[in-house]
Amino acid sequence: MELNRLYRFDTFVVGASNQMAAEAARTVAESPGTAYNPLFLFSPTGLGKTHLLTAIGHHARQVAGSIAVEYLTLEEFVEAFHAAVAAGQSDAFRKRFSGLDVLLIDDVQFLTHRREMQAELLRLMGELQGAGKQVVLTSDEPPAAIENLDERLISGFAGGLVVDILRPEFATRLAILERRARDRGAQFSAGVLEAAAGPDVANVRELLGLLNRLVAFQAVSDEPLKAESVAALLGLAAASPAGAAGSAPAAAAPAAAVDEFSGFLSDVTSVVTQQVEAWRRRIGEAILRWEGEGYRTARLDELLKRDTPAGAEAAVRKFEADVERLRALETEIAALDSGAAGDAVFRNPDRVADAEALVQRAREGLAPLPGPSLLWTFEEYVSGEVNKVALRAARAVAESPGTRYNPLVLVGPAGVGKTHLLHAIGNALAGRAGAAVACMSARDFADELAQAVDGRRIESWRTRMRRATALLLDDVHLVRGLPEAQEELFHLVNHLEAAQRQLVFTVTTLPSEVGGFDERLSARLDEGLLATVAPPDRELRLAIVRRQLEARVGNADPDLVEYLAARPAESTRVVIAFVQRVLSAAEGQGAPPSASLAREIFEGAAPRLRRPTPGLRTSGLIVSPTAAVRSREKLVWFWPDSKDRIVEDLD
Amino acid sequence: MSLVNFTTREITCKLVYYGPGRSGKTTNLQYIYQRVPEDRRGRMVSLATQTDRTLFFDFLPIELGAISGFKTRFQLYTVPGQVYYNATRKLVLQGADGVVFVADSQARQLDENIESMQNLHANLLEHGIDVRTLPVVLQYNKQDLPADLVLTPVELDEAINFRTWPSFAADALKGKGVFETLRALSERVLRRLSEAESA
Repeated sequence: MELNRLYRFDTFVVGASNQMAAEAARTVAESPGTAYNPLFLFSPTGLGKTHLLTAIGHHARQVAGSIAVEYLTLEEFVEAFHAAVAAGQSDAFRKRFSGLDVLLIDDVQFLTHRREMQAELLRLMGELQGAGKQVVLTSDEPPAAIENLDERLISGFAGGLVVDILRPEFATRLAILERRARDRGAQFSAGVLEAAAGPDVANVRELLGLLNRLVAFQAVSDEPLKAESVAALLGLAAASPAGAAGSAPAAAAPAAAVDEFSGFLSDVTSVVTQQVEAWRRRIGEAILRWEGEGYRTARLDELLKRDTPAGAEAAVRKFEADVERLRALETEIAALDSGAAGDAVFRNPDRVADAEALVQRAREGLAPLPGPSLLWTFEEYVSGEVNKVALRAARAVAESPGTRYNPLVLVGPAGVGKTHLLHAIGNALAGRAGAAVACMSARDFADELAQAVDGRRIESWRTRMRRATALLLDDVHLVRGLPEAQEELFHLVNHLEAAQRQLVFTVTTLPSEVGGFDERLSARLDEGLLATVAPPDRELRLAIVRRQLEARVGNADPDLVEYLAARPAESTRVVIAFVQRVLSAAEGQGAPPSASLAREIFEGAAPRLRRPTPGLRTSGLIVSPTAAVRSREKLVWFWPDSKDRIVEDLD
Repeated sequence: MSLVNFTTREITCKLVYYGPGRSGKTTNLQYIYQRVPEDRRGRMVSLATQTDRTLFFDFLPIELGAISGFKTRFQLYTVPGQVYYNATRKLVLQGADGVVFVADSQARQLDENIESMQNLHANLLEHGIDVRTLPVVLQYNKQDLPADLVLTPVELDEAINFRTWPSFAADALKGKGVFETLRALSERVLRRLSEAESA
């Protein structure tokens, strides 16, 4: 935006009320990015903020020659941002501003409630300041008073120089009137401008309004305006200009006889004044300091209202200890969940408990990701013709995660070994340096998500999940009918995929055939490699039975192997259950497992079974010395007594 | 007695002029009394014997008005110097916020000065007052007497001021050194206000 040519330093009238702001502005203009960065000017409207802001731009250009300066109001900044986002050009927006030497933003109080814009400004300020570029902002309120402003912005603003512009006092008012009258070629009799400058005004515009009336009146009247008639003309209470200005020195006190008692009294007065309010001074200093750093000081303000200093020192120390604690917590949460670090609780020493709770939630959110079961490995996996494609894909994924097949989707009916393969991939990936493998069932995923939403720690939960270098989700179809979980999973998948993290899913049918499944999600799954795991054929059944028997009894009777493998089974799980039943019966009879025993079990009367030892029975979970620890629903076939067996739908 | 009362917003300082008999303690108070405007001083109470020596004590209240919103009042006391009035001295010393030790500079009074200084220490000890923290200043009075009769301030410092308290040469009759002494003690006493607050 073009800078207003009238707003320059040489047209700005400096007085006691704005001297500091003017000097800071000039310093910044002369050496951008070095002195005060950012410079934050605030005052009520009409006191010259925009004038100074623009003057910085002019002067910086004048001093440095070719320098990229941009002035804009916050509204324009917001519009530019929204337009860029709408056009999908947010990079161009960032490039436009990050290339500046001096960024001047007017009226930043309108940042209130605009979290997205605040985040953008925070990012931009950090980038510009980091590159030694100057940022100047104006507002009609100090940073801490802007409602709902990210605390990091407040401290960011306060980190440079925050300076206010006060209402002009008499001398400045007079200087402004004289300057403007001269600029307009207006001549007034002695005392006229002094009279007009007498009353206090809320802002400079009001003052210029008075001047306009004087100029207009003088232009239409025959006689020059007199000082005495100014008050009546402007509708002011008659007051002597000097008196109204409050600048008239008090009548000089008669030369006080400097006697010994007066000297004594003066000594005592100065010491008492210093000492008696020492506690108030201490609190005042603490308020200034902590307010300057962006902390809420309501508790200290309350202390000042007390009459006695009892406990004041301890209260200040407690306040300072609380601030220290908040700082530590803020640092910790910034590492855990950067989004939460801007929360107002970290700047309010009265809310340490809330801050603790927030950090605690973030810590919980960063609990280790659920890892794969260590017992399901590639070595344990029995391969055959029906699952060799899936196994090959799984090994490829384990060797080069995120690049070969992403996502890898293992499709097959229940009990064919998809979960085993999923965990085997997880174990292989977990062994890599810096790996954080999340391996869980989709049901657990949905449950965790629901808990995070209930506990209002969804952000930290997301942060935690997004840390995963690989996401392995078993039975992904279980999130069907759960729109929130699907939505969350969709975004997570997008995020991880964009970061080239490996994704592996298992599902019982093709994703597109799973009913109640988000289309976007099923499309994501379809994009990957769909590797089918079919029910075991005879060859695989042979291998499984052989491996099971060798693992449990040390040898595999060929007849028994042949017999069990010949039995029709839709899943590897059923094949294993066959072996288990024969072994249990053999153990009950004290005889070695054999084909004849198997025939007796499966074709004749069931043999007498020995009750398992109590230690092996748990509530649905059986820990087998050789097999893996498996989930309840998948281990019911281990239960030796059919009466106790819990049969669940494993779909 | 509390030095500063934040509830009633009052500051009261009790300053005691201590020293051997005839060293000039009452003279100090009389001089101060004359210099304090009438509306700020109370009646000076002086209980004296017929031979005009202090038997009991002198008491001079001074109202300094409101300072920083605190009504500030000084109470100046003297103790009887004569050795046999120790009970009165102890009583007066009780609750003192500061002590001016008025020494008689005459060489022949040195022993009395030393004895009185020891007596001050003993009485403070009995009151449980830590002499190291109590504000004390010394005044070497009668320095106007012929030089061959008096000890110099340096000699007196060596003789009785082993704690290196501030000391002032004085001629109380003419007022020389009187207010200097009072100002020095007042400042030291008032500096303790903030310590008292945080206690």
